[in-house]
Amino acid sequence: MDTQQHLSSVHTHEEAHHGHTHASVSHHAGGHHLLQVENLCVGFQMYETLPQQSSPAKGIACKEKQTKRFGFFSRTTTRQTMQWVIDHLSLSVHTGEILAVVGASGSGKTLLADAIMGLYDTNTCVEGVIYYDGVKQDASSLTALRGSEIAFVPQSVKSLDPLMKIGKQIGGDPARRAELFERYSLSTDVEGLYPFELSGGMARRVLLCTALMGNPRLIIADEPTPGLDLELAVQAMKDFRTFADEGKGVLLITHDIELALRVADRVAVFKDGTVVEETAVANFAAPHLLNHPFSRALWHALPEHDFSFEGEL
Amino acid sequence: MASLVARNIVKFIVLMFAVSVVTFVLVGISPIDPVQANVGQSAYASMSEDQRADLARYWGTGTPLFERYINWASAFIQGDMGTSLRFNAPVSEVLVNRSFNTLALMALAWVLSGIFGLAMGIVAGIKQGTLIDRIIKGYCFVLASTPTFWLALIVLMVFAVWLGWFPIGFSAPIGKSAADITIFDLLHHIILPALTLSVVGVANVALHTREKTIDIMESDYIRFAQARGMSRLQAARKHGLRNLALPAISLQFASISEIFGGSVLVEQVFSYPGLGQAAVNAGVGSDVALLVGITLVSAAIVFGGNLIANILYRVIDPRIKRRGDAL
Repeated sequence: MDTQQHLSSVHTHEEAHHGHTHASVSHHAGGHHLLQVENLCVGFQMYETLPQQSSPAKGIACKEKQTKRFGFFSRTTTRQTMQWVIDHLSLSVHTGEILAVVGASGSGKTLLADAIMGLYDTNTCVEGVIYYDGVKQDASSLTALRGSEIAFVPQSVKSLDPLMKIGKQIGGDPARRAELFERYSLSTDVEGLYPFELSGGMARRVLLCTALMGNPRLIIADEPTPGLDLELAVQAMKDFRTFADEGKGVLLITHDIELALRVADRVAVFKDGTVVEETAVANFAAPHLLNHPFSRALWHALPEHDFSFEGEL
Repeated sequence: MASLVARNIVKFIVLMFAVSVVTFVLVGISPIDPVQANVGQSAYASMSEDQRADLARYWGTGTPLFERYINWASAFIQGDMGTSLRFNAPVSEVLVNRSFNTLALMALAWVLSGIFGLAMGIVAGIKQGTLIDRIIKGYCFVLASTPTFWLALIVLMVFAVWLGWFPIGFSAPIGKSAADITIFDLLHHIILPALTLSVVGVANVALHTREKTIDIMESDYIRFAQARGMSRLQAARKHGLRNLALPAISLQFASISEIFGGSVLVEQVFSYPGLGQAAVNAGVGSDVALLVGITLVSAAIVFGGNLIANILYRVIDPRIKRRGDAL
């Protein structure tokens, strides 16, 4: 592993580097980003029956396999091709900030979270470079980071084992657990409850406590607010804000642009498997501050704006 | 709790009533003439009309079905299960004699298929898509599509006839007096039928367990456990097995009825004197009292199995336990 040296550790907030602009809270602690993802591609191997012209070979890690199959009645050629769901995606999380990745539901955002945590299926192909705290990562080092340095906050109570009591499920050091429970105003009785006995708000706080048990420096939150009422959603966001203000980072994955603009410091606009623009929330004040047509379309689609379209998407 | 017990007792009585009525109706519409079936063609042909009439009275062929049912039911309620005409002995006696063999056979097959099926299903489910999964799956598909009686015949040919390791049938050595029969004799005779029965049961249990395991391994809580730093295997051990317990219990107790069904065929092939074989004899010979007795006993065993599964659910699943009565 080689340490990635940041080009320069000091730059002004207006300055764009690595293809993004900064917010006032974005810091480059130690001269690098907390999390930096460069040219990430995530794809799946699929079988294709019709012989086609060779697709543009992106794979370095994944070989294209070609196999002849003899069926009972016909002879077809199948080829394993890659279906790329995430395509040359780059983003960076600084210390002290919340970066919201905003994109439509079902566009592969969850896959992004999995890729950063090193959770791959066997038929998944992942390429690109991920730096955490300035150190280049691979699948096994990401595995070692997750749960301790990088914590995941899932979206629903379904992520808890329905047949295990909360206390046992969170595990870890009881003193640390008690401390977190107190901080998030959960009574100690909650330890003896099963997930089905939790209210929505309790479940969210339990999930957050679970994530924080290992004292992480980066939280990846996957759609943490749907299903919560407004008050709870606001509270959830406050908790992330507090966490970021401690000099840590939050990667908030959401489809809700309004929520992102309200709580995040910067927004990465996710479309067709890539980040088309990564910019400070302040730049959403006016469409001319945004570079990409899709970002501007998002701006226009906000309820307080004019709903108009500008050009082709 | 009291209402729970009462509800299950009512269910049980209704079940027993329905099973006995259906059995009587089936025997009633069966084309078999019990007199001819039990006496034999040549003996029947050489009989006088009077003898035939006597026999017809003995078998009750002239009595309407409804009347026979009422007679049987009133005696049954007083604790008399009737007389088996085929075995010329009280039904209760035949049942007691035969039940031991069948219950031993079923229990052995049930435990074996349960343990191996569960283990194979879990391994295949966790290792989904790998070579070991494909081997287990292939083995199960082949077995699941194999008729029980055919497999029993093959086993009999290979292990009893060619290799001569095991006896070709019965539950004890031929020609040995009952007092001299040892437990080893009984074991020696039960191994082949029990093995055949369990081998067929394994496929069913393993394939169902595999599906459940895959569902669980793809669940949000396994993914979250992995996101917290556990490996797939650790997550499976800590959260998977616990959640597999409930479907596994249903599966195990539901498989009792299938093992029962299989035992009829296996007992027939291995000439194993159990309930299954007696049921075939009773059916073919229109021995309605014995047939009803056997169907009631088997229905009671299956009912008992399901009841145990329900009770275990209440003990294990906190969602039922803490919310109260859900049976």
